[in-house]
Amino acid sequence: MSDPAAIEQGDEILPGNPPRVVRYRGATRLNHWITAACMVLLLLSGVAMFWPPLFFLTALFGGGQTARFLHPWIGVTLVISFAVLARQFWRGNLWNRTDLDWTAHMGDLVAGREEKMPEVGKFNAGQKFIFWSMALLILAMLASGVVIWEEYFGGMTSIPIQREALLVHWLGASLIMLVLILHIYAAIWVRGSFDAMIRGWVSPGWAWRHHRLWFRRLAARSADRGDARV
Amino acid sequence: MALPDSPRTAVSNPPTQGFIENLGPGDVIKRSATDRLPPPTRELTPVAKLIDVSKCIGCKACQSACIEWNDTHPAIEENVGVYMNPHDLTPDMFTLMRFAEWDNPDTGNLEWLIRKDGCMHCAEPGCLEACPSPGAIVQYSNGIVDFNHDNCIGCGYCIKGCPFDIPRVSKTDHKAYKCTLCSDRVAVGQGPACAKACPTKAITFGTKEDMKALAAERVVDLKSRGYENAGLYDPEGVGGTHVMYVLHHADKPHIYSDLADKPKVSPVVHAWKGVTKTAGLAAVGLAAVATLAHGLLGRANKVSAEDDAHAREFLDREEPGGQP
Amino acid sequence: MTNSWTDIRNTDLVVVMGGNAAEAHPCGFKWVVEAKAHRGARLIVIDPRYTRTASVSDLYLPIRQGTDIAFLLGAIKYCIDNNKVQWEYVKNFTNAALIVKEGFSYQDGLFNGYDEQARKYDMSEWDYQIGPDGYAKVDMTLQDPRCVWNLLKEHVAIYTPEFVERVCGTPKAKFLQAVQMMAETSSPTKAMTSMYALGWTQHSKGSQNIRTMAMLQLILGNIGIRGGGMNALRGHSNIQGLTDIGLMSELMPGYLAMPHDKEVDLKTYMSTRQFKPLRPNQTSYYQNYSKFFVSLQKSLFGSVATKDNDWAYDYLPKLDKPMYDVLQTFELMHQGKVTGYFCQGFNPILAFPDRAKVTESLSKLKWLVTMDPLETETSRFWENHGDFNDVNTASIQTEVIQLPTTCFAEEEGSLVNSGRWLQWHWPGASPPGEAHHDNWIMGQLFLRVRELYRKEGGAYADPILNLTWDYADPHEPKPDELAKELNGKALADLHDPKDKSQVVARAGQQLLNFSQLADDGTTACGCWIYSGCFNEAGNNMARRDNTDADGLGTYAGWTWAWPLNRRIIYNRASADLQGKPWDPSRKIIEWDGSKWVGGDVPDIAPTAKPEEVGPFIMNAEGTARLFVRGLMKEGPFPVHYEPFESPIANPVNPKIRGNPAARVFPDDLAQFATSEEFPYAATSYRLTEHFHGWTKHNRVNAALQPQFFVEISEELAKEKNIPLGGWVRVWSKRGSVKAKAVVTKRIKPMVCDGKTVHVVGIPLHWGFTGAARKGFGPNSLTPFVGDANSQTPEFKAFLVNIENTTAPEGN
Repeated sequence: MSDPAAIEQGDEILPGNPPRVVRYRGATRLNHWITAACMVLLLLSGVAMFWPPLFFLTALFGGGQTARFLHPWIGVTLVISFAVLARQFWRGNLWNRTDLDWTAHMGDLVAGREEKMPEVGKFNAGQKFIFWSMALLILAMLASGVVIWEEYFGGMTSIPIQREALLVHWLGASLIMLVLILHIYAAIWVRGSFDAMIRGWVSPGWAWRHHRLWFRRLAARSADRGDARV
Repeated sequence: MALPDSPRTAVSNPPTQGFIENLGPGDVIKRSATDRLPPPTRELTPVAKLIDVSKCIGCKACQSACIEWNDTHPAIEENVGVYMNPHDLTPDMFTLMRFAEWDNPDTGNLEWLIRKDGCMHCAEPGCLEACPSPGAIVQYSNGIVDFNHDNCIGCGYCIKGCPFDIPRVSKTDHKAYKCTLCSDRVAVGQGPACAKACPTKAITFGTKEDMKALAAERVVDLKSRGYENAGLYDPEGVGGTHVMYVLHHADKPHIYSDLADKPKVSPVVHAWKGVTKTAGLAAVGLAAVATLAHGLLGRANKVSAEDDAHAREFLDREEPGGQP
Repeated sequence: MTNSWTDIRNTDLVVVMGGNAAEAHPCGFKWVVEAKAHRGARLIVIDPRYTRTASVSDLYLPIRQGTDIAFLLGAIKYCIDNNKVQWEYVKNFTNAALIVKEGFSYQDGLFNGYDEQARKYDMSEWDYQIGPDGYAKVDMTLQDPRCVWNLLKEHVAIYTPEFVERVCGTPKAKFLQAVQMMAETSSPTKAMTSMYALGWTQHSKGSQNIRTMAMLQLILGNIGIRGGGMNALRGHSNIQGLTDIGLMSELMPGYLAMPHDKEVDLKTYMSTRQFKPLRPNQTSYYQNYSKFFVSLQKSLFGSVATKDNDWAYDYLPKLDKPMYDVLQTFELMHQGKVTGYFCQGFNPILAFPDRAKVTESLSKLKWLVTMDPLETETSRFWENHGDFNDVNTASIQTEVIQLPTTCFAEEEGSLVNSGRWLQWHWPGASPPGEAHHDNWIMGQLFLRVRELYRKEGGAYADPILNLTWDYADPHEPKPDELAKELNGKALADLHDPKDKSQVVARAGQQLLNFSQLADDGTTACGCWIYSGCFNEAGNNMARRDNTDADGLGTYAGWTWAWPLNRRIIYNRASADLQGKPWDPSRKIIEWDGSKWVGGDVPDIAPTAKPEEVGPFIMNAEGTARLFVRGLMKEGPFPVHYEPFESPIANPVNPKIRGNPAARVFPDDLAQFATSEEFPYAATSYRLTEHFHGWTKHNRVNAALQPQFFVEISEELAKEKNIPLGGWVRVWSKRGSVKAKAVVTKRIKPMVCDGKTVHVVGIPLHWGFTGAARKGFGPNSLTPFVGDANSQTPEFKAFLVNIENTTAPEGN
């Protein structure tokens, strides 16, 4: 069990009016958006090569041949990018006892009764779910993707295994899409979340409302260091 | 007499009588990644290539004719201890003699089973089913399954779809290649190059009906020579094929260099292109709709003034020297 | 071929022995497949290896290479013992009933008259007893102990099935199964065809291999009939043409003999050629020899050849040796006695035995000219290619001149196929680069040589100065001009011998055929057997009527076959003594009471009465010969002799090594190995994917069979620890090669004379030029010895050793 209120490198409260609660550093944001961009490109090219009605999307990449060529390389880029992101995020996404409590109150969350939710650290159980499911699904996509990467690995596995890999790749892709919808919608629905990933900071009220344990710890640290100014 | 719509033999030279050009867009009955195909304008007579393994001497004239006609450049490889060259089908070798030395346990005699491998032109082609690129693979009403390289994206899905391990993707132009049943020859009234080159008529070409009749004749002859299980290989699992074999031991196709005993398009491919596709796409669609609905109908999760106040208050409290 | 390729479809039983028709003659082999598919014919393959032909056979029998005679004499014995003889045929159409001289005898592998020192026989006793009427004595009851039949019976007595198994390694049960199938064709309505090629010829007793099968075919009544015959599958598209037009040192066109130095004048030469009939009423067609010969001389030397100068007989070179075959020539080259060599369409470095000796010989030349459409190893013999041609270039002083020629597809002309069909063809492409037609090159050479003789004179310039050379363009004789010259023309008006008032050919006209030839100087003919190929009716070789008029595959309107467009020779033997076909369903010709009629040209005078005139009109007896008189160097009957290099001693007589009558040069005798040093029995052969050394230049063929290999059994591979596809070294007493190992079930060890014999198979298509990977030929290993009669080298049976090795240098 990890420390529920752990903070990550770069997290801080900057003085000002209002004070800015720094949630994601610039490098992290860039990292996230590279991953996100890769994901979007992968989805576009992937679904184009999977679902004929969307085959026209390959035109975005300069045609079917280039879409087929780029897709795995974008995938490799995503894997690397996500790995860097995960290196930073994995500790914060470790499960702890508050997550169970939070999960139990999911109904309240959806119903808008946020005040009934337990206090959580930097990431709530939902975010953790997204992180871990993405991590696992990306691994699965990497493994199955390499098997069906005809250009370099075409002859390395048996055709039955390649067939299974194709199926796994598709099932993985559909799950990723579901997780992604959840992730994006959550970011939209929880107003202010996009700001965290775009400008890097959130308002103290946002932090208070959604990640109070994390906020408290940050505030306490700032106080110790005596750097918080109003 | 009505003009023939496909060549009835590979032996003849270019037709001297009139001939209906075929294999045009109106003859396509299946097109990869295309659901709503306009109905074909006519129905061509199904054709087939019959490969009589019992007449085949493994001379590779078919391979040679295939290379010449298609102007491919197979590599000059090393000898690896067998007669089979190149060592496998390649993007430059659409057909391959596979040599199997088989000790017949019933007679105690050695048999050298030489099978010409290549596309079987299935009635239900797995390659076409698997292909994601509209029009990269087409099936004509005479049974020929052909690759249209302008549309091929080189993904190799056809390889996974094929129950016979036939298509090969080129490392040079990244397009998939296989036997076309010489569609470019058939279209102008000539049979496949391999059949024309075959010195022993082990490869013949004509209507599927004629080829089945010829096969039946051959089976009678083979049975008279003690091959009790001689038979035609026209596997039902893929809806029948437009390349068929006469086998001396039709009860065990696998002895012919692993010819599939009961070929069918893999259930995994069916699942991938069938039920899971629908289910997955439906789930994604539902999720999108659900979130959209929630977003439109539900209340956004906004930071309230109260939250702001609490936070500010808290910060003030934590501030060094602040009021406890 | 006695028959034609298309006729093979008429057979009931195909025996492929001494060849691998599917492998080396795939296009012709279609007719075997046809016979199987539509006549229900059976196919027997007898070969040391389970070949491509065997893969479609009904019965395969292994046999140790070089033991075919033992097998076939065993088959003959079986037929005699089991009364599987076509008696009417044997009695009337063979010399079975003729009585042999008392002096003829045979014991322990040798006939009477053997001179061990000279390796030669005195053949004078190998002949018939001549009666007071001047004809050979005969006993039609076959009771006389000296009749050929009884001598043959006695001769084959030792060749029991057990003996066959002991010598050949063929299991007795399989041998009996095969010979029973063969013996069934002694029925007059059953036919067996023999298809053979270099698997029989390339032995030190190659001619006798073929002869033994011919004897069996005669006993079964299978010669001269549809679906029967002795069918030599010629290895090159025009090798039949090569022998026909006399490109052999001892032959002139049309199989006329090159004179020997003892034949000092025409009279002496003719005295042993124009055979008088040995039986009453027989044709003995060679009585016309002088017509063929004089017409040839008129063709060669025109008006200079006159009756007074013996038709320029003195212009012909005279042989001082039986022949100047390639072995003889290279032996002389090796001795330094041949200093210049003209190599036209030949690649000795890969084609002649004992490559080391060939290379040494070429290195001793002052000059070598090669004429070939392709780069050959011979033209590059001086070039170092690592292990593949390990020569010291600096030490070779031979000047090599390469003359690029055109290939068949760039030429017009005729090719003579195995079935004696002269098929005219037209160029499909223009010659590349500096390549020229052989005719042009020969024209240039001749004109220059003649000019030199004219200016400078010479020892005997007359034959060169007087050679007929009246071509429209003397610089390049055209194919149709040459063809017309071979056909022959009338030099004066020719009259019908029966009605002198009728002119059958005006002076200058093309002859109808050789029946118009005369020995009085009124006809010229370059090759009598070809006469009729290009007559006043036009170029008959260019005919392309593929109508199957009789439904039996004669195709008489397709091109032209020698002689006289006859498709099945000896076809008179297809009918019984009264002239009725043995098998009405396979009729060729029949006697209608006054003449022979049918779908083929009768091989007999059209009005020759069937009861009187025998079917084998080229023989003085009128019959075929089971006993061959003095015509074969090693005896009138075949005997099993081991190859010069054999894994076992000859069970007939262990003291006899090889063929006792084969010519062996002293230096080469020391190069023969024993099975103690070299335990494995090797053989060489062709593969379908290639044609000799040519197609390795073609990327398609090179891709289909890219690299030199040897084939061994799984048992030998295990014994020697040789992996599939591994590098092996194979060496004989004469040389060493490196190859990839093909390990196969298709070769199995045999037990011969109690000893396990492993076969090593060595194909012959690789060298150090071309598109394929570099390799070697079996000729690096094979012995420098040939057949006693033809001097065809013994490529099919020799001894080697084998071991694992690493890749060759320069690979």
